[in-house]
Amino acid sequence: MTSPSPTRHSWYEELARGRLAHLLDPGGFTEFLGPERREFSPHLGLFNLPHQLDDGIIVGSGRLDGRPVLAAAQEGRFMGGAIGEVHGAKLTGLLRAARQLKRDVLILFDTGGVRLQEANAGELAISEIIRATLEARAEGVRVVGLLGGRAGCYGGGGLIAGCCSALVISEQGRLSVSGPEVIETNKGVEEFDSRDRALVWRTMGGKHRYLIGGVDLFVDDDVAAFRAGAVAALERPAVLDQAVLVAEQARLERRLARFGDAADGAEVWARLGVPHPAAVPDLDTAAFLTIATSKREGADAAR
Amino acid sequence: MRPADILSSLFPAGHQVTEAGGLLSGSGRLDPQTPVDVVGISGKTYPGVDEALALAGRILAIAERPDPSPLLFLVDSGSQRMSRRDELMGLSETLAHLAKALWRAEQAGHRTIGLLYGGSAAGAFIATALACGSLVALPGAWPEVMDLPSMARVTKLSLEVLKEKAAGTPVFAPGLDNLFATGAIAEIWDPARPLCDQLQALLAAPRDHDGRAGWGLERGGRVKAAAIARDVHRLALAHG
Repeated sequence: MTSPSPTRHSWYEELARGRLAHLLDPGGFTEFLGPERREFSPHLGLFNLPHQLDDGIIVGSGRLDGRPVLAAAQEGRFMGGAIGEVHGAKLTGLLRAARQLKRDVLILFDTGGVRLQEANAGELAISEIIRATLEARAEGVRVVGLLGGRAGCYGGGGLIAGCCSALVISEQGRLSVSGPEVIETNKGVEEFDSRDRALVWRTMGGKHRYLIGGVDLFVDDDVAAFRAGAVAALERPAVLDQAVLVAEQARLERRLARFGDAADGAEVWARLGVPHPAAVPDLDTAAFLTIATSKREGADAAR
Repeated sequence: MRPADILSSLFPAGHQVTEAGGLLSGSGRLDPQTPVDVVGISGKTYPGVDEALALAGRILAIAERPDPSPLLFLVDSGSQRMSRRDELMGLSETLAHLAKALWRAEQAGHRTIGLLYGGSAAGAFIATALACGSLVALPGAWPEVMDLPSMARVTKLSLEVLKEKAAGTPVFAPGLDNLFATGAIAEIWDPARPLCDQLQALLAAPRDHDGRAGWGLERGGRVKAAAIARDVHRLALAHG
C-alpha cells in the first residue's frame, strides 16, 4: 500500500491538522466548532492544567479522492489525545450527522483513552461515540479508522476502533485497551515491561494487528500511504448486521482456539506459517506485505 | 444486594440463572407472559477475551431469536482483565464485539437492560453496562473509571486534594452518584420495592434515541456535551 509522493510526511510525526491537510483533497476542508469558537474543556482549570481551544480534536467535512467525507482527527500531543467531555461530544455530533447525511467518516485516532481529569464524562462520551458509530453503520455509513499516531490508540479509543467498519494501520500504530504502562502498574513488570518497546510492538503494534486480522490494511508511515489506505478502506463493505456479527464471533473464537495459548506475538506468527517470525519486526513494508498477505488471518467482512 | 436476592426479587415465580466462572447465564419470568433472558458478570470478575467472547456468543444467539424477550445484563465486574495475553489476542476488538452484540440485540427487538449492582470499571464498564440500551443501578453499586489512589499517582496530586476537588464536581471521581449525575444511569432502583415492578415499569416506557447527554445536563453533571454534539450535528447538516 505504498504510493509515490514527492514529499514524504511521516504520519507519526505530523500534528493532527497536518495529517488532515495532507490526507484530504486540498482546499476543501470545513471545520465545525474550530478553535475560534473557543469550545474548550471546562474541567481542566480545576487541575491547573492548560486547555486547548479545540479540546484536542478537529471535526469537519471535506473530500477524499473527490468523494465527500466527514473527518475527525485527534491531537495526540494535547493530553495524549485523551477523550474528555467536549472532545467526545464533537465526535458524537459528527457521527450523528454522518448517519443522517449517509456520509462516510474517517477517524484519525491518536489517543490514550479517557481523560482522567474528566473521567466520568470521558467514559460516557466513549459509550455515546460507540452507539453513534453503530447507528451510522446500520444506515450503511462506513466509519474508517486510521491508526498510526504518536499516542497510539488505547483504552476506550481501542473500543471505538473496534466498532469501525475498516481499520488502516502503520507499523508505528498501536492498538489495545490496556496500555503497556497500565498493565505494568497494575500487574507488575513481570507481566508487562512497558519500557521493552519490542515487546510493545509484538503485542499490540501494527504488524501484529494486521497478521491476526485485527485491522484490514497495513501502510507505510506516510500520509500519502494513509490516504491510499483510506481510499481502499472506503471500498470495503459497510454492512453491520446479524450475519456480520455471527461471522465476527466465529472469527474471534477461531483466533482464540488457534493462538490462545501462545506466549508471544512471534509464536502467533510462527503458527500462521510466517517464515522467520523473529525477523518480522525488521521487515520493511513491501517485504512484510509479501509475506503477510498470504499468511495472515483475514478479517474479511466480519467486523 | 446479592445476586440471589436480586434474582428472586426480579423473578418471584422463579428463574434458572446459574453462575460459572464469574459469568451468569439463564432466564426468568417477570410474569407468565414475559420471559427474560439473563446474562451477567458477577463476583468482581475481570472480563478478558474468553469471558467477553462467551457473553457475546450468548447475546448474539438471543438476538437471532424472533421473539421480543428483554435481555437483562447483571454487572458486578472489575475493569477489563489486564494482561499480556488478553492484549495479544485483541481484547479491544473483543470488547468492541461484545458492545456490538448488545447493540445488535436491541436493534433486533430485544430491550437490553444493564443492572449494575456491584463494581465495574474502565473498558469493562463501556462494553457491558454502558453498552446496554438502558442502564439502571442499585444503591451500593460502585462504577469507576479509575480509582482515586491510581488517579493521584497519574495526576501527581495528593489523595486529600483529589477528594477536596471531587466534592465540588461529579465529573471525575468514582461512584454511583457521580456517574448518575453525568447521565450514565437512567434510574437508581429502590431495593425495598420488588425489582420485578421496577423492571416492568422500565419496559413499559419507550426508549428511542441516546438521551444520556440530556440527563447529564438536567442533573448538572455534564452540562456541555449535549450542546456541543448538537452544534456539530447541526453545522454538519447545514454544510451538507
